[in-house]
Amino acid sequence: MANAQPSRTQTKLEPWRDPNEKPYVRIEKVTKKFGDFTAVDDVSLSIYRGEFFSLLGGSGSGKTTLLRMLAGFERPTEGKIFIDGVDMSNVPPYERPVNMMFQSYALFPHMSVEANIAFGLHQDKVGKAEIAERVADALNLVQLGQFGKRKPHQLSGGQRQRVALARALVKRPKLLLLDEPLGALDKKLREQTQFELVNIQEKVGITFVVVTHDQEEAMTMSSRIAVMNRGYIAQIGTPTEIYEYPNSRFTAEFIGSVNMFHGRVLESEPDHSLIRSDEANCDLYVSHPGHLAPGTECWVAVRPEKVTITKDAPAGSDGRNQATGVVKEIAYLGDVSIYEILLDTGKRVRVTAPMVTRRTEMPITWEDRVYLSWRPFAGSVLTN
Amino acid sequence: MPKSWFLRFGLITGLLFLYIPIILLIVLSFNDNRSVSVWSEFSFRWYGELMRDDQLLSAAWLSVRVAFISASFAVVLGTLAGMMLARFGAFKGRALFSGMVSAPLVMPEVIMGLSLLLLFVSMEQVLGWPEGRGMLTIILAHITFTMSFVTVVVQSRLVSMDASLEEAAMDLGARPAKVFFVITLPLIAPAIVSGWLLAFTLSLDDLVITSFVSGPGSTTLPQIVFSSVRLGLSPKVNALATIVVTIVAIGIICAGIYNARQEKARQRDEQMAQQGG
Amino acid sequence: MAETVQSEMRHTGFLGLLQRVGLSGRALVVSVPYAWLLLFFLVPFLIVLKIALAESQMAIPPFTSLIENVEDLKYQITVTFYNFHYMVTDDLYIVAYLNSLKIAFISTICCLLLGYPVAYAIAKADPKWRAPLLMLVILPFWTSFLIRVYAWIGILSNNGVLNNVLMWLGIIDQPLQILYTPVATYIGITYSYLPFMILPLYSTLEKLDNTLLEAAADLGCPPWKAFLTITLPLSIPGMIAGALLVFIPATGEFVIPELLGGPDTLMIGRTLWTEFFNNRDWPLASAVAVALLLFLVVPIMIFQNVQGKQGGHP
Ligand SMILES: Nc1ncnc2c1ncn2[C@@H]1O[C@H](COP(=O)(O)OP(=O)(O)OP(=O)(O)O)[C@@H](O)[C@H]1O
Ligand SMILES: [Mg+2]
Repeated sequence: MANAQPSRTQTKLEPWRDPNEKPYVRIEKVTKKFGDFTAVDDVSLSIYRGEFFSLLGGSGSGKTTLLRMLAGFERPTEGKIFIDGVDMSNVPPYERPVNMMFQSYALFPHMSVEANIAFGLHQDKVGKAEIAERVADALNLVQLGQFGKRKPHQLSGGQRQRVALARALVKRPKLLLLDEPLGALDKKLREQTQFELVNIQEKVGITFVVVTHDQEEAMTMSSRIAVMNRGYIAQIGTPTEIYEYPNSRFTAEFIGSVNMFHGRVLESEPDHSLIRSDEANCDLYVSHPGHLAPGTECWVAVRPEKVTITKDAPAGSDGRNQATGVVKEIAYLGDVSIYEILLDTGKRVRVTAPMVTRRTEMPITWEDRVYLSWRPFAGSVLTN
Repeated sequence: MPKSWFLRFGLITGLLFLYIPIILLIVLSFNDNRSVSVWSEFSFRWYGELMRDDQLLSAAWLSVRVAFISASFAVVLGTLAGMMLARFGAFKGRALFSGMVSAPLVMPEVIMGLSLLLLFVSMEQVLGWPEGRGMLTIILAHITFTMSFVTVVVQSRLVSMDASLEEAAMDLGARPAKVFFVITLPLIAPAIVSGWLLAFTLSLDDLVITSFVSGPGSTTLPQIVFSSVRLGLSPKVNALATIVVTIVAIGIICAGIYNARQEKARQRDEQMAQQGG
Repeated sequence: MAETVQSEMRHTGFLGLLQRVGLSGRALVVSVPYAWLLLFFLVPFLIVLKIALAESQMAIPPFTSLIENVEDLKYQITVTFYNFHYMVTDDLYIVAYLNSLKIAFISTICCLLLGYPVAYAIAKADPKWRAPLLMLVILPFWTSFLIRVYAWIGILSNNGVLNNVLMWLGIIDQPLQILYTPVATYIGITYSYLPFMILPLYSTLEKLDNTLLEAAADLGCPPWKAFLTITLPLSIPGMIAGALLVFIPATGEFVIPELLGGPDTLMIGRTLWTEFFNNRDWPLASAVAVALLLFLVVPIMIFQNVQGKQGGHP
């Protein structure tokens, strides 16, 4: 499965980098309050035509609320939403060029699969022959050709999910909103469907905005991801950007696992910074951190797979980006192993290493003293 | 059946308590003896007398008409009210409205009856309408107290129904009115039917409120029954009771069979879904 | 700019017309049942109150709308005031109120004692039995209330079924006088309102998570203790809902004491009825109604709270 994953950032254009490109959806300083509770907090976003945009965040972070404002089911308390340049403030859901695929699928239980899919077309007063043709196309697109006459409750979960997708797609909306489209599927089916969803999106060329709380899913499918936390947007970027260059402790910790070293800036040059960390008991040398005033409190985030673990001191070391400790836990995951190391300073560090060690070498085991080291560009400096 | 002895005993006692009086009524309705509780011989005598009682029959006919009309209006109003409470979120005066909907469920009937009568009298003074008291005022009163029951039934069905179905329809381009008629209404139809039946039964059965708001020319079935049993036993009422119980039992058994069929179909469909998936 | 073009919701046809006069479809839906209840439920209470509370309105002519009473307007107001005073001083009313509360209370307890095992048994029954059993509980409710009360006359009267059976069994040798006593009223109310107790109890008990009891058993708690410490406390909301559904209407009950209670069973509903129909004293009847309502305000408010919670809204 892993090699089948499409790598979007390389094959797609990146319209958000082009200053002349007009965003297709523009969310401007949108805030949504339920009573005193702020569910969406001053969110601004631009989504471009043809994107597969993910809203990623923990439970209750306001993803669904933001999506529902795009669909028109909730009105922003403050701020505006533009779709294709048109202010959506007073446009009711049934007049928006947007369709939504609901988390619960919301298939009409009293209508057949075909009638469900045709529902939206009927509202647009599309001719009979055309409806039949488009419904058939949509069913084929989601590979449900022979299920048209069934009622939703006669379908399995995965089939229902595809009917919901077909129903939302058949109107050829300019923008498709998907709320946890794969949330109700089991893990295996979900992985399979992720891939399918991306293929369908590429085929129909519709802009997708997908809500998910599964970071792997977001990383696999998206052109860009907006990470949400307690109603605000913590970071927007391509999956790589978000993974490699998190801009805050929240994103770094939310996406994948990370080791966080607390410290203070010693010196900051245009191309690197030097940070003194008591937790790592060494100076941390980080490339391209941006300018930081000396003395600033900061954290250096290092992904577990970027750390090299050795039993001997690394050759030619200058003592930077290097720590020593004792192996406390080892978990073999087949292709990789996870080590948890207790540093001499008392901090626990997690390291993943591929299983390339040959049998002949002495493997690292519990209570071994080990050296950890990483390259200058492995870490990123976070100040909040 | 529950396993514990105590529960079994409790259940059987409760059900016996509920059913013995009704069964006795039915048995005694076939008793030829005038003093109802002493058995003499089996006969259909009281059914015959019931059928010849023109006053009772015309009262029954009036009651059925009143119940039909009130239930139909109550269903419309109750469905709208149920929609408001289940779907409209916070609107101005919501607390007052939900209070006014649920109070009639428990409000003693003498209070409802008296207050409605005083309203009708005042309205007649001020507006000249409704003129006098009769079928119209009975219907208005019955709509008012039965709509609450319809509201509760419809509201609880709506609350258990996924609101995103309606949102999905709207998202696909259907206007609110269309959403209501094409999606909401078919899905709450069972609740509306049971609401109608409930309103019909309550209206057909009401004595106290009716007594306040009815006029000299409009006497309903419960009023006739009441005046004849007030003085003690009346064998014709036993016959009437048997007819009512029979109709209700047939209705409920039919509904039960229908539900069981639905359930079977649902199970079959679920199997199909699993195999198909 | 294009951005402002769609800034108004565009409606055509009838809805558009309504919208232009400031009415949306939603407002229309809201206004009809709202107006109905205001006119036929709330306003009548105000009228009752107006007729019952006369003091503040003695000087001005407040009942001009009640033209029927115009010639004896003065009389009516004075009498109303007098009757309020009368109600407080005359034992009859106080006794009737207290008696109503007592009868309603005892009947509610009887319903609870009888209904709880039934509800619990149905909730514990095999799922395929639940629907038919529940149907059996509901079925009497669909038959006439009046007729079900009437059935007890035949059972409880001196030569009725109950006395005949007891005498035949040799338990008694003289018929017991049950009909036309308060006991008959208790039986009648308990019988008529039992389904209202069972249904809310059942719906709470049915929702009760069975694994809680399993967990308790796992922790070494014997079944009866698990019932007392887990099931019973968790079913309190159902008990409250059921108790209110029985207690409130039973307090104002008229038919049951009238048919089964005999002349000595004083209940406020009967008093009101008598004042209204026999004595034709509408203002006094109104005053009685207001007083009854005052007794029931607190229970009704609790009921609405419970109702609102289980009805739930987004
Ligand atoms: N209609 C509402 N009224 C009041 N609060 C609401 C409403 N809708 C959402 N909220 C609150 O807003 C917050 C954000 O909700 P939202 O549904 O957007 O979260 P989410 O990110 O989609 O979470 P999840 O992953 O669990 O679906 C939650 O705390 C929720 O309780
Ligand atoms: Mg959500």
